[in-house]
Amino acid sequence: MTESSLHPAAAPPAEARPGSGWRRFAADWASDQTSFKGVSWGKAMMWVFLLSDTFVFGCFLVAYMTARMSTTVPWPNPSEVFALEIGGSSVPLILIAIMTFVLISSSGTMALAVHYGYLRDRRKAGRLMLVTALFGACFVGMQAFEWTKLIREGVRPWTNPWGAPQFGSSFFMITGFHGTHVTIGVIFLLVLARKVLRGDYETGRRGFFTSRRGRYEAIEIMGLYWHFVDLVWVFIFAFFYLW
Amino acid sequence: MAETTAHAEVGAPAAPPLPADTQHHPVKLYLAVWGWLFVLSACSYLVDYIGLQGWLRWTLIVLFMLLKAGLILAIFMHMAWERLTLIYAILLPPLLVMVFVGIMALEANYTLLTRVLYFGGGN
Repeated sequence: MTESSLHPAAAPPAEARPGSGWRRFAADWASDQTSFKGVSWGKAMMWVFLLSDTFVFGCFLVAYMTARMSTTVPWPNPSEVFALEIGGSSVPLILIAIMTFVLISSSGTMALAVHYGYLRDRRKAGRLMLVTALFGACFVGMQAFEWTKLIREGVRPWTNPWGAPQFGSSFFMITGFHGTHVTIGVIFLLVLARKVLRGDYETGRRGFFTSRRGRYEAIEIMGLYWHFVDLVWVFIFAFFYLW
Repeated sequence: MAETTAHAEVGAPAAPPLPADTQHHPVKLYLAVWGWLFVLSACSYLVDYIGLQGWLRWTLIVLFMLLKAGLILAIFMHMAWERLTLIYAILLPPLLVMVFVGIMALEANYTLLTRVLYFGGGN
């Protein structure tokens, strides 16, 4: 298969077709060929992967809801559990709030990296990706701190000093799985930033793993993953920490 | 909304013409969304800090959560400019999770009831 045949530009110009969004929706699905017109396979596959990941995180959050709703023992108050002593007074949930702001900042720098990638400004795009990776590493570091603190306080997947024993298992599963996603994202970002800064997408250098030439769209696909990690955190923050 | 619009930035450095399928939008838009995400996160943190309880707390938490999720999805992930085909393929299936939530909520209530009735409030 040649690379040009995979490029969406080779598909018939679907944009030229008249009609409303719904007409095109019907035409796209009935076209007996590529359904996602104007979307490269890489981007479509990332979206499909993110959809499957949505179900994974959805199941974790549903399991947490079920455990919390069905227990007769009071649920530990996250506002107090995640409070930190700052200057002698206890500030509720402060570490989680800082983690939220760090992750949102990283989403912002990622969005700008995608923007400059499409402007073919590889230095700005690459540096912004490195900043994004730094924010991500910061987030994972704070999460490690939080885990250490809770484990020292006696939280285990089967018990904790404050109430319902399911608290520990929900906490470790949900934040652990999310932290894993952030870690993978940081690695992914560093690999891609190196390629962008080296100018691989200008020189057409082939990837070490796929042996295929990359395009600047790779930054957008990376961005989709990174924003998704932020998106999941929005739900975890609301349901696990604030509820 | 479903059009893949490519906004050309005024005064942008000389770059080769962008293919029609690229998602390129003004930097101002990203910065505005970034700002709003900060504001909304601060708001949802304040809900906890002030110590609101009950329905007001839950409504505000869900409201800020959905607004943040919507902004990230629509602008940062460019969903607002994708074709309807992709939007529906990605956004409709997660709605099934809501059905799952409903089923498990019923189940959890039943489990709680049996625990209270037969285990004397034990866990």
